[in-house]
Order: sequence, then C-alpha cells, then structure tokens
Amino acid sequence: MSDTITQQPPKHARRVKAEKPASLWSDAWYDLRRNKVFLIGSVLALILILMAAFPSIFSHINAYDPATCDLKTARRGITGEHWFGTDNLGCDTYSRVIYGARVSILVGIITTVITTVVGGGMGLVAGFFGRWSDVLLSRVAEIFFAIPPILGALLILSVIGRDNAGIGTVVMALGVLYWPLLLRIMRAAVISAKNQDFVVAARALGASSGRIMIRHILPNAVAPVIVTATLNLGAFIAAEAGLSFLGVGVQSPTISWGLMISDARPWFLAQPEPLLFPALFLSITVLAFVMLGDAVRDALDPKLR
Amino acid sequence: MTNPSVDTHLLPADRSAEPLLAVDNLHVEFKTRQGLVRAVNGVSYSLSAGETLAVLGESGSGKSVTAQAIMGILDMPPARIPKGEVRFHGTDMLRLSEEARTQIRGQRIAMIFQDALSALNPVFTVGWQIAEMFRVHKGMSKKQGYAKAVELMERVRIPAAKQRVHDYPHQFSGGMRQRIMIAMSIALDPEVLIADEPTTALDVTVQAQIMELLAELQRESNMGLILITHDLGVVADVADKIAVMYGGRIVEHALVHDVYASPAHPYSKGLLESIPRVDLKGQDLYAIKGLPPNLLDMPTGCAFHPRCPYRRDNCVTDVPPLYEISGTRSSACHYFREVLDGTSG
Amino acid sequence: MGRYALRRLLQAIPVLVGTTFFIFVIVYALPGDPIQALGGDRRMDPVIARALRDKFGLDDPLLVQYWHYLTGIFSGNFGTTFRGVEVSSIFAGKFQVTLQLALTALVMEAIIGVGLGLWSALRRGRWQDQFVLAVTLLLVSIPPLVMGFVLQLWLGVKFKLGTGIELVPVAGIGAGEKSYLLPGFVLATTSIAYLTRLTRTSLMETLRSDFIRTAVAKGMPRRRVLGRHALRNSLIPLVTYLGADLGALMGGAVITETIFNLPGIGLQLFQSVYLRENTVVVGIVTVLVLIYVVANLVVDLLYAVLDPRIRYE
Repeated sequence: MSDTITQQPPKHARRVKAEKPASLWSDAWYDLRRNKVFLIGSVLALILILMAAFPSIFSHINAYDPATCDLKTARRGITGEHWFGTDNLGCDTYSRVIYGARVSILVGIITTVITTVVGGGMGLVAGFFGRWSDVLLSRVAEIFFAIPPILGALLILSVIGRDNAGIGTVVMALGVLYWPLLLRIMRAAVISAKNQDFVVAARALGASSGRIMIRHILPNAVAPVIVTATLNLGAFIAAEAGLSFLGVGVQSPTISWGLMISDARPWFLAQPEPLLFPALFLSITVLAFVMLGDAVRDALDPKLR
Repeated sequence: MTNPSVDTHLLPADRSAEPLLAVDNLHVEFKTRQGLVRAVNGVSYSLSAGETLAVLGESGSGKSVTAQAIMGILDMPPARIPKGEVRFHGTDMLRLSEEARTQIRGQRIAMIFQDALSALNPVFTVGWQIAEMFRVHKGMSKKQGYAKAVELMERVRIPAAKQRVHDYPHQFSGGMRQRIMIAMSIALDPEVLIADEPTTALDVTVQAQIMELLAELQRESNMGLILITHDLGVVADVADKIAVMYGGRIVEHALVHDVYASPAHPYSKGLLESIPRVDLKGQDLYAIKGLPPNLLDMPTGCAFHPRCPYRRDNCVTDVPPLYEISGTRSSACHYFREVLDGTSG
Repeated sequence: MGRYALRRLLQAIPVLVGTTFFIFVIVYALPGDPIQALGGDRRMDPVIARALRDKFGLDDPLLVQYWHYLTGIFSGNFGTTFRGVEVSSIFAGKFQVTLQLALTALVMEAIIGVGLGLWSALRRGRWQDQFVLAVTLLLVSIPPLVMGFVLQLWLGVKFKLGTGIELVPVAGIGAGEKSYLLPGFVLATTSIAYLTRLTRTSLMETLRSDFIRTAVAKGMPRRRVLGRHALRNSLIPLVTYLGADLGALMGGAVITETIFNLPGIGLQLFQSVYLRENTVVVGIVTVLVLIYVVANLVVDLLYAVLDPRIRYE
C-alpha cells in the first residue's frame, strides 16, 4: 500500500488536479467531449431546450390556440395529419407534446438554478465560517431534509391552492425541499477544501477570508455541487410531471406532460396515444439530463467510475 | 533449508541448489489510463531460511509491487507479469493454479502491511481475524481458533490478550495493531514473511519495538524475512542483505555491512548520506537532488542519471547492467568503481 | 453504543419538532379561511362559522394551536376534519395497504438492486457491467408515473388480450398479495436503479480496500474473501439505504396508488387534496413524515450495530 503502482499514477494525477482547478476543468472537458453518454445527452437536451424556446419550429399547429382542436376528430389514432393522434377534445397530441416541453424545461432549469445558488451559497457560508452559522443552517436544513420531497411539495401546493398554482409555485415548492441537499454537499466540499494545504498556506500568507473563499475554496468545492445539480435537473422535471398529474402542479390551460397524462387517463386503455407520447417525451427529457449528470460526475469525480 | 512439510506434489522439483525463495528477472507492468507503467523491470533476488533481506527504495521504486507479485495479490488486470519467475522451493509460483497459490499464501508465505488499521477488517474482532487462519486452513473450531488467537497475541506481547481478543482493530493503538497484524501473519509458521514497511506508520520508539519483535520471531522460527522499507536506518541492525531499488530495478545488491561501509551505487550513497548521524551533528543533512522518476516517462539510459552527481554522457543513453563486483555484491552503475572510491563527480 | 443511541435520539427531537412545525405553519398560517372554504361558494352562517372556529380553536394564538396539534399527534389523535370525521379513522385499513405496498417494493429493491449491483461489480468493465449501468440509467429516467401506465397497458391489456394470461393484477387489491407485485415494482424502479449503483460502487470500493488484500494474502479462498470479508463491509451502506427508503417509499406511494387504484393512504391523500380536506392532508403528511424520520433514526441505530467503529465512538 505504500507504493502500489495500481494506485499511484492516478493518485499523482489527482493530486495535480486538486491543486490546479483549471486543469480539473480542462481534464473534465477533455473527458466529456469523448464521452458518448455526454454527447447523446447534450444533443437530446439541446433539442428539448430548442423545443421549449421555439415550439413553433417543431409544430405548425399552435397548441395554445383552441381553434385548432376539433371535437369531430377527437380520440383518433395516429394519422398522417395527427402524428401522435388526437386527445378527447380533438386537439393534436403532437403539437401539445411539443408545447409541453416548455413547462418541464423551465421548472427543471429554474429550480436547479435557485436550489444551487441558495443551497450552495448557504453551504459555502456554513462550511467556511462554521460555528453558529453552521449549526443554525445545518439544523434548519435537517428539518427540510426530513420531509420526503413529493409529500412536502404536495402539502405546500395543496395549501397554496390550485388557483395560484403554476410554474412559480411548483418551483418554489421543489426549491424549499431541495436546497438542503445542495447545502449539505457544498458544506462537505468546502470543509474538505478548507483543510487542504494550499488554503492553509493562503491563510498563512494573510489572504482575506473573502478572497480565500472565492479564489481558493469555491473553485475546489464546486465540482460535487455541479454534479448534484445536473442530476437533480432530471428529478425536478419528473417531480413537476408527478405533481401536475396529482392536480397540484401547473393547471390547464398551461400544457404540461403531467397534466396531459392525467387528462388522457380515463380513456387510456382504449386509446393510449395521448398518454403514451407525453410519457415518452417526459422519459426522454429526464433521460437526457440524467445522462448529462452521469457524464459530468464521471468527468469531475473519476473515483466513482 | 528444505521443510519436511513440503507437499511433494505441489513442488516436485526440489532442487537442492535452490534457495527458499528466488525472484528471477521479474517484470511487472500496469495498464493505466495515462499509459503503460513498467513498475518492475527485471528484478532478481533470493532468500534463504533464517535470512533477512532488506529491499530499500523510495515509493514508486517497485519494491512493494515485487512483494505483491511474490504473494500473488496484484490486481490483474491492470497488472501484468510479462516475464520472470518467482520460485518457491524451486517451483515457479507464477505458473501454479490459483488454488495451489491459495494454499501457499498465508500458510507458507505471509505478509505484513504498512498501515495495520486499514489492513485489518474493521467489522470483525481481531480475535476473529486471527482465528480465521486456523479455522480456514486447519479446520479448527471457533473455540480452538480463539484459543490459538489468544496464544498468538500473547506471543507478540499484547497485554491482557484474553480480554482484548474480542476488541475491534480501531480500539488498539498503532503499535498494538501492527502486533496483531504480525500475530496473524505468523499464525501458521510461514517459511517466508514479507514485511512491507511494517513500521512506517508508527512512532519512532514503537518502530524499534516492532523491529525487535520481528527479529526475535525470526530467530525463533528460522523463517526467511523480506523487509521492505524506505528507511535505511531501520535496516542496519536486522538485515543480512540489502537490495536497493530505483525506478523498478535493483541498483545495488550487497551484504548489509558492505553497503554501510562503502556503497557501490550513487543512489545508495545518497540514501546513506541522508541519514541523520550522531557523529556528524551540526552539518547540513545531505539530500538527493531532484524527484523520483516518473514511471510513465522513464529517463533514458540509467534511470538515476538526472539526479546523479557521477553522470557522464553514456549514462543518458546506455542502461547499465547489474555489474558483479564480487560474489555477494553487484551494482547497476557504469562508474561503480568511482563511487566505491568515494571520488565524487 | 448507548451513548451513540442517546445522542442520535436527542438529535431527532429538533428534527421532529421542526418538521411538524413546518407542516403546521404551512397549513395554518397561510391566508385563506378553511371554514369559508368548507362552505364552498355559499356564504356560511356566521353563527355556525363562529361555533366551528371555537371548536377547532382557530382563533387561538399560532403556538397554542401548534401545541394542540403536537400533543394530539403523540396521543394518536390527528384531529377531526371540518366535516366531523376523525382523521385517525380515515387511516384505518388504508395504512396496511400502503405499508404492504412499500414492503413489497423494498423486497424487490433489495433482491433486484443488490443482485444486479453485485453481479455488475464482479464483472467490472465487461459488457455485463456496461449493460447493467445502461439499465439503471433507463430505470432512473422513467418516472413511476410513466412506468406505471406503460406496464398497466402492456401487462393488463396488450399481453392479456394477446395471450389470455393475466400475469399480475393491474389495478385494485382484489387479488390479495399478488395485487401488490406490479405496483410494488413500479414504486421500486428508481430505488432499484440507485441501489444497483450503490451496491456496485460499494462492493468495488470495498474490494479495493487494504483489508481485502490482507484477506487474500491470508490465503482465504476467493469465495470467502467475497462472501465474508467484502460483503459484510459493503452491506453497511446498503442496509442504511434500504432502511431509509422504506419511509421514502411510503411517502412516494401517492402516485403509484393513484395509478393502480390501491386504497392506501396515498390514494386517500390524493383524494383529500382534490377535495381540499386540509386536516386529512396534514394528518396523512404528518404521519408519513414521522415514519420517514423514525425510519432514518432506526437506520442510524442499525448502522451502529453493523459498524463497530461507530458503536464505540
């Protein structure tokens, strides 16, 4: 174990990485560009983001225009005109699925950004300053951590009421429940970075707390946070669909895959298309972000491979 | 030298000229993401019963990898042994089946590791771990195994062994843990004991006690001891022979007092001069310049040339063979005579 | 052990108080009058409204109301709905359904997840390992919402119509134990994927540790090295994951029960959300959160039993 060569070259490589954050990132980027999982994931994610931003590129039918729904052609199967069939109101499932991407992507990205900034920021404070700020923040986080996310979100959203429900409330509910996870991860990473020699050295050389925190600790602690944030993105998208399915998420007329699944449910065994297609897109979207998260984790934390 | 308990079917060729253990032209390489690492490049040494061989070198010199190859505990892959033999009583163990090797490991060749805390299983009591040797290899009952464990713990002088047999590794001090490790390794009276940096993780005073214990156990049982270390100071009192390794090769092989009297390789010389000595108090401590070689990108010629004060042009191009100086001594330096003479370059 | 257990128990108290207070505050401190909501669109008779407000103590200070709520929980009294039904009576019978569902999921998770994880760890880097990793990627990506409906359609309709065989019931609990198989699997999918990966990394990490090399150096046969030395150590994180997951599964049952029409507290929760019966929602969420917290506590204590390093801290 003193000098097992199996471990040694990577150990050296990793030590170099830890000391120079720049090379960690360029190493990670080098790994990522060669990772098929990452490439597939990012292509899928890009298409979905495009879909969310400009649904009209993908569908000539505006799903928000009620005039495009025709009860006479309700619950039709797949036809040349309606690629994914029509739902019980005669609306085109394909265009609705395309327009539904927006809610998923928005909820996923906004919640990820908010939880990362809030949770990560608090984790940085708790880990860096320690003492009472750590005790206080960690205890509060523990409380929110002890609530299963779907239940907590269900509770918050059902109380807020369906009349106010929308992307904002879903983001808020998920954010309230998920920030502690980011706090924990950032806190642990900061504490381990804080004890590394180069930070101790910087402190000994008289660098200010703020400078040490921003220049030395943050770049070294941010990797696990990014990994978790990416993996969370998929989870948020799935959670939004689940909450909308349960009736506490976004509300009609907003189009959401979870809502579409819920709406199509009564006729689902006879005519599955209006349920299966949003379900398929939901799964692909989650898959895309999980793939990204997986690849980022592999690149940033080779130990876990 | 020949052990009466040698299984004849396992080791048919009992050549009487063969030493107890012989490593012959051993090569070990590792496939890593960065490239092929040649960790051991043609190492040869031998060991007789009752003899102590010290293998000296920095981390990365290949000394531990050689030991692991002898034990057969390298992870393959990524490790590979493209060439070489490890003969035990004349039989090349590298060609034995895994079952046959399992029979030798632990029972006839045992090993002690550097960090006993991580080398002992944290979730089993030390008694369980020692008793396991008897239960698995000798088919003893749990009770017999524990009785043997207590005996062994007393033999390595662990106080209150009877009570402590049910304690977990983390409840012992570093020195006591290493004693447990030693007790476990000598449980079945092995013929060869390999101690891989057994004292590196310990306090200086405890180091001396452990070395003393090892020497004493060796005298009692006449086993061959391979002592792997980077600390020349540890070696002087216990070792008979020294093999100095650098960059995966043996650079000097000699009797211990010869090396102390006059090293025949610039690297051994550097190591000797960097030991703090009482008689030279007040002088600057010598340090070998430069860094250990990068195994992925070994220097051409002699691996030591970038750090060598005796370097000449051909050191950069020609790999020095292991020159035989006398029957017991060899050096892998083109200019070993100058080193022996002490004329510094 | 004793001190560790005590410390862990003491640590759980602020968490329990905190979570219940959080639930309580959300429901009671937010704007909107539950009594008015009870009347729906009609205006409620002020006298009746007054009486109801007194009865439920709605005008007491927040902390007093919280105290009533908290003491109620610990005496098994979750209050009554504004319509006068005891919340605890709503749980009766439903709780077992959810527990059985969660346990079914847990068993599947343990068998499939640990099995796949061990299998792929021992075949590290080979195609079997890659395959298992790809499967976990898919399982993580398919939300129970999707998995539930797809399996219901395939097994309940397509397969049954095609072959005439009903493999497993796809709705309700009419068929007893068997009814829980499919919903249990759907509920377990994400956890199966996580557990597979956790098992894989845990075993691989253990196999890299020094004490495994020691066991090999001791001449232990491979079977023993894996079965006794490696497994015992890699089991620790798995058991803790499984234990904590029981609480999570019960909490996550709401979607699965809704899809499969299982009359558990999850389905009740869904219906109560729909009917805006906040007392029932709060009661159910409180119970489930308590289960979750207690499950985590038990797991921490279990951890000490499994890992002597913690036991003697």
